[in-house]
Amino acid sequence: MSNNNSYLSNYFHRNGRALGSIGYFVLLMVIFLIGAPEAWIRPNLHQSVFVMMPTLIFLTIPLVFLVASGEIDLSFASTYAVAAYVFALLVKNGVDPAICLVLGIFTGAAIGALVGTLIVVFRLSSLVASLGVLFLLRGVILLLSNSRSITIMEVENHWIYPLLVGNFYGFPMQIFWAAIFVIFCYYFFNKHVFGIHIQHVGDNSVSAEQMGINVNAVKIKAFMFVGIGSAIGGIFTTMITYTFFPTQGFGYLLLALAAVFVGGTPYWGGLGTIIGAVFGVGIIAYMEIGIIAIGWSGEWRQFFNGLIILLALLGHRLHGERVR
Amino acid sequence: MENIIELDNVTKRFGGITALNKASLKVTSGEVVGLIGDNGAGKSTLIKTLVGVYSPDEGDILIRGKKVSAWNALKARESGIETVFQDRALTPQQSIVKNIFMGKELRYPFGFIKEKEQIFEANRLIREIGFTSKLINAESPVGNLSGGERQGVAIARAIYNKAELIVLDEPTNNLSLNETQKVFDFVLNVKKSNRSVLFIGHNIYHVYDISDRFVILDRGEVVHQLNKNDISTPEELMKIMRDTIGAH
Repeated sequence: MSNNNSYLSNYFHRNGRALGSIGYFVLLMVIFLIGAPEAWIRPNLHQSVFVMMPTLIFLTIPLVFLVASGEIDLSFASTYAVAAYVFALLVKNGVDPAICLVLGIFTGAAIGALVGTLIVVFRLSSLVASLGVLFLLRGVILLLSNSRSITIMEVENHWIYPLLVGNFYGFPMQIFWAAIFVIFCYYFFNKHVFGIHIQHVGDNSVSAEQMGINVNAVKIKAFMFVGIGSAIGGIFTTMITYTFFPTQGFGYLLLALAAVFVGGTPYWGGLGTIIGAVFGVGIIAYMEIGIIAIGWSGEWRQFFNGLIILLALLGHRLHGERVR
Repeated sequence: MENIIELDNVTKRFGGITALNKASLKVTSGEVVGLIGDNGAGKSTLIKTLVGVYSPDEGDILIRGKKVSAWNALKARESGIETVFQDRALTPQQSIVKNIFMGKELRYPFGFIKEKEQIFEANRLIREIGFTSKLINAESPVGNLSGGERQGVAIARAIYNKAELIVLDEPTNNLSLNETQKVFDFVLNVKKSNRSVLFIGHNIYHVYDISDRFVILDRGEVVHQLNKNDISTPEELMKIMRDTIGAH
């Protein structure tokens, strides 16, 4: 009996936060369903969510890795645009879009590595330093692009377009890529040395160092992963809309961060949940689109986003405080 | 007798402070060395340098007679040196199994972890260490464990890795008598299998009971070394310690 209890309590220790955010998601769906059944059964509500979710997933899931490592990054919202700019500019100049895609993602990784190195080597606060980089990179894009957008209709005729963001029996292809990304990240976080080391480092970096884990390298890799995720998100969005615009990504800054924490990953490091984050993204995306769909004005959106963040935080308190 | 590790004239400074001054020390196979010294004598610095957490500013580190370069914690572990740190080097939000395999996970190709094998081994180790509570298994978070049990996890890590040299930094601090006895039993077992222990302690009686040889450290210098045969009581050791400290 007591054995069962211990397995059960271990199960909740591991999965409680993910289950919590699944619970909030279901609750939100029920509220929408009861509050506005007509809007809810209309397929275009869900279609809009499905278009928004993949981008948010590419941004949010890598952030779970980084937050679990005990750091935070705000600059991803600008990295998103830098990678998109590199992609769009190269496409416009006649480079093969597949090569542009690779170079764009490489740009994201490189920015992540630079930001991570800056923070780790000089022991800067990741919150403040990445806030600086957020503005700096945005400034660079505005200067380089002269605040002008770039239209790239030509990607539509290239094979990567239907493969990455085309339409598959009514479903946008990016949904499948996001799903593959989630599965990959789930294993990467929970069953791979990279994810396990991230959790040790975020939990107690001194212990991790003493056990021979290269703490700085682990953190820099986590920043790089955020850069890669942002680049994928930015490039996908640019392909979907055929347009790079210099302010893109800014709107996702707070939404992606909200999704991480609503999803049940605590801010203090050492813990994180990929499945929770997916439902966190679901909650944020349905909130963004659902409020409008049920006929309320946009002003309510921010209000409810705030409310749900606070309620989620209070709910996740049930899983206890940080153990030391 | 082979020297497992040797520190040769190692100096370590922090800013303007010399924490270790030309310290030399060796541990041969099958012996238990007790490292003693007052607070601030440099015991911790010596240990952390020995196990690769700090890199020495001057002097050499030799593993089985061979000089090593770019010494770090991972290299120390790969050379067969495991450490039970004073703070136990655990990550309390993670499970026991993750802690036991921290930094030396059992891996498939491409870095994926052999989770089932790890859990099996961890459960075996937990029983070997003598965790009797049914509420504890390999997947329990370390944060739920008592001080003695946490020490058990840190020791289990060293056992699993079959280290040739186990460094125990103040292992009996904050432990009950019963738990202290378990640590002693563990040290004797290690010695019996012809492996070595470096035992650091405040409590002279603990160190005396368990060690074959004593190294006295004072203000960053190794001031005296003696064999257990040279003395007959812990009081004698205490007297020697008192006489050497401050006299050099």
